Amino acid sequence: MKTIPVVTVGALTSVPTYAETQLNLTRGVTDISARVFDLHMTIFYICCVIGVLVFGAMFISMYLHRKSRGAKPASFHESVKVEVLWTVIPFLILVGMAIPATQTLIAMEDPSDADLTVQITGSQWKWHYKYFGHEVEYFSLLATQQEQIRNKFDKGENYLLEVDRPLVVPTGQKIRFLVTSDDVIHSWWVPDFAVKKDANPGFINEAWTRIEEPGIYRGQCAELCGKDHGFMPIVVIAKSPAEFDQWMQETEAQQRKAKEEEQRLLAMQMDKDELMDLGEKIYLANCAACHQPTGEGVPGVFPALKGSAIASKKEHLPDHIEIVVHGKSGTAMQAFGAQLSLRELAAVITYERNAWGNDTGDLVQAADVNQHMNQ
Amino acid sequence: MSTAVGDIHHDHHHHKPSGITRWLFTTNHKDIGSLYLWFSFLMFLTGGAMAMVIRAELFQPGLQLVEPHFFNQMTTVHGLIMVFGAVMPAFTGLANWMIPMMIGAPDMALPRMNNWSFWILPFAFAILLSSLFMPGGGPAFGWTFYAPLSTTYSPDSTALFVFSIHIMGISSIMGAINVIVTIMNMRAPGMNYMKMPLFVWTWFITAFLLIAVMPVLAGAVTMVLTDKYFGTSFFDAAGGGDPVMFQHIFWFFGHPEVYIMILPSFGIISAIIPAFTRKRLFGYSSMVYATASIAVLSFLVWAHHMFTTGMPVFAELFFMYCTMLIAVPTGVKVFNWVATMWRGAMTFETPMLFALAFVILFTIGGFSGLMLAITPVDFQYHDTYFVVAHFHYVLVTGAIFSIMAACYYWLPKWSGHMYDEVLARWHFWLSVISVNVLFFPMHFAGLAGMPRRIPDYSVQFADINQIVSIGGFAFGLTQLLFLYIVVKCVRKGKPAPAKPWEGAEGLEWTVPSPAPYHTFETPPKID
Repeated sequence: MKTIPVVTVGALTSVPTYAETQLNLTRGVTDISARVFDLHMTIFYICCVIGVLVFGAMFISMYLHRKSRGAKPASFHESVKVEVLWTVIPFLILVGMAIPATQTLIAMEDPSDADLTVQITGSQWKWHYKYFGHEVEYFSLLATQQEQIRNKFDKGENYLLEVDRPLVVPTGQKIRFLVTSDDVIHSWWVPDFAVKKDANPGFINEAWTRIEEPGIYRGQCAELCGKDHGFMPIVVIAKSPAEFDQWMQETEAQQRKAKEEEQRLLAMQMDKDELMDLGEKIYLANCAACHQPTGEGVPGVFPALKGSAIASKKEHLPDHIEIVVHGKSGTAMQAFGAQLSLRELAAVITYERNAWGNDTGDLVQAADVNQHMNQ
Repeated sequence: MSTAVGDIHHDHHHHKPSGITRWLFTTNHKDIGSLYLWFSFLMFLTGGAMAMVIRAELFQPGLQLVEPHFFNQMTTVHGLIMVFGAVMPAFTGLANWMIPMMIGAPDMALPRMNNWSFWILPFAFAILLSSLFMPGGGPAFGWTFYAPLSTTYSPDSTALFVFSIHIMGISSIMGAINVIVTIMNMRAPGMNYMKMPLFVWTWFITAFLLIAVMPVLAGAVTMVLTDKYFGTSFFDAAGGGDPVMFQHIFWFFGHPEVYIMILPSFGIISAIIPAFTRKRLFGYSSMVYATASIAVLSFLVWAHHMFTTGMPVFAELFFMYCTMLIAVPTGVKVFNWVATMWRGAMTFETPMLFALAFVILFTIGGFSGLMLAITPVDFQYHDTYFVVAHFHYVLVTGAIFSIMAACYYWLPKWSGHMYDEVLARWHFWLSVISVNVLFFPMHFAGLAGMPRRIPDYSVQFADINQIVSIGGFAFGLTQLLFLYIVVKCVRKGKPAPAKPWEGAEGLEWTVPSPAPYHTFETPPKID
């Protein structure tokens, strides 16, 4: 059933409309988001009433008091009584609006007594989640394929709103978010929680939520953060506390195992094909957004790797490992040492030193990177 | 209010050079006014062309026409050009043309500075636009240039952006000084402050706002410059700075700036509505006081642009209350306009049509502004298309509609010809319909959760964006009709009488049309 949406005051809340087009704010899934929604609708209705009165008077005047109907202009042009009236009445309406707004705001800004704390770190262009009190942390990146963005494949249902590793949280518990950034300002926003908090580099902001219903909730970065600002979505999965605990245990075990595995693999030597294959994959996922798939960069913004001294001169190998692992302060170059495994770092550095005509012939192994990191 | 004083016999004093030197060396307020207005229109089309690129890319989900980095340059430069190149110079042009004629002065008080303040503008915008062709492109950090995106992470061309803003700021400050000095010193005898037309009053107050905040903007861009190129850390936490401090400084300029772009509109509308209602403006003195209180409040609300940056609750409450308070004087203005219309004898020529559309659509922008003031809900609206809809309602259907109303209202005085009323009404109706198709659905996109400044969006927003883009193309094309109407009117048309509008009031209508090159060399007498 498709109906043409008729946007009237009353219809706004539940308009049946074509496809999935949503026209109003979400009511969300938390107590706070519902209060915010009610506040939004209240103020909207007040504005509608004022609008009807003011525009009504205008249209009546435009119809009745027109010269073509023989209207003769009156001569009144001031009245202190009326002026005082339409200063005081709006003021009282505003006071009426301010009271519930103040109450809601004070409730929103109280992150004390949280059951779980998650640190959220934005960086160009991904989110990093770290659970306090658990050995779990990971990056969360856009999962939509480039081919969909470039219109080569059909777009999926959650186009641009899907990530490789969503944030997982329990329902019914007060979750505190500590929001910060590694580079520019980002803003972590999930409409269903009515939480939007800027991630400021060098500072930590607090926010909180208590989700009532299990489900998948989607949001996006809300503060312009550079080229791929439109491509760093947020996905949160809310699970019942029991399921969450189980997930947490599994993930903790997984991450611990992965770390042990990595140490064990240090002795392993990868051959060139293996390194280049893995390296290309890592490069396209993590480096190509800035340095471009061709390695040519964007002149004036992101430097080229193709033919650059650091990636194509044999004597610069330690510098190359250094900049990939630790980043370069004062630039957009991030420290990938914390984001990629030793194997992946070794592979991507090898790839950069042997692709696009960079022919150093250098093979970098996980052990080399590990040695550099421990220096 | 005024009596006509013929000053035609002074016309033999013309030493008007011809050709390009007339315009390069002119110190005549009318010439400089025209230069400002034409320049502003050129910038309006330039910024508009960038908006067309934005709307074309957003016509469908997916990346079709431009790369995200270029898209960001388009949104940034579109904003900068429309604010500093289209709206502000248009108002300065109107001030140049009309303020001396409205207060019975022969010219602006500082005519050589007037020439200078215009002629540095084309260079400022040439620098800004040339940065788009540099390696790495032009500014891509939004017109609000938040640090550190505009410092550590900005393209190499950022210095050009900084210098162009410096020059625009100098131009604005000089223009503002000129307005203040002219109004304070050159009013005709008997033209006391409470007899000044509201356009003069609103510009007088605007000029003080400009002098107060343009240096703050200059300071902000200078700190961006030194952070990026000279190793300072004003906005870098690693060196003891604070990126949020940038936003405080920027919006301490930025919020008065939005009133700089709307107060002169209030003056224009307060001239046009009485003229076509044939009835005196209701509540003149309350209009003056309301304007002054808006100006004072504009310095106390800047952080409502920053509710999500993590301010203390107390600060959030303070800025919420102050912001809501602005609705009171703004409401008074709207009520006064409606009371002026009440029991008048209205006709609906094009200036009046634009003025009426202004009152309704600006008020809609005011409503969304009130909603945005409510901090808890602002957390949901902030940085979405709801905000984009809000400020385009106040800037396009507000500021720009008032500028168009002013052009139609005073074109007969400027050119000596009547414009083509039929075409002008076409221009009005096409504009008013397309502009609402363009901006109204943006409210829905924002409420549904579409962030601003993104080159691509999830499929749920596809329908709304398609409608918006169609409205955008239609509104853009319609403005070419405006150009045609103005050019046609300047070249030829029915000769305009000294006072083409029956109910118009003011000294400007006591001089012939077109206004002679020099007016009021002998001050008029004011009753």
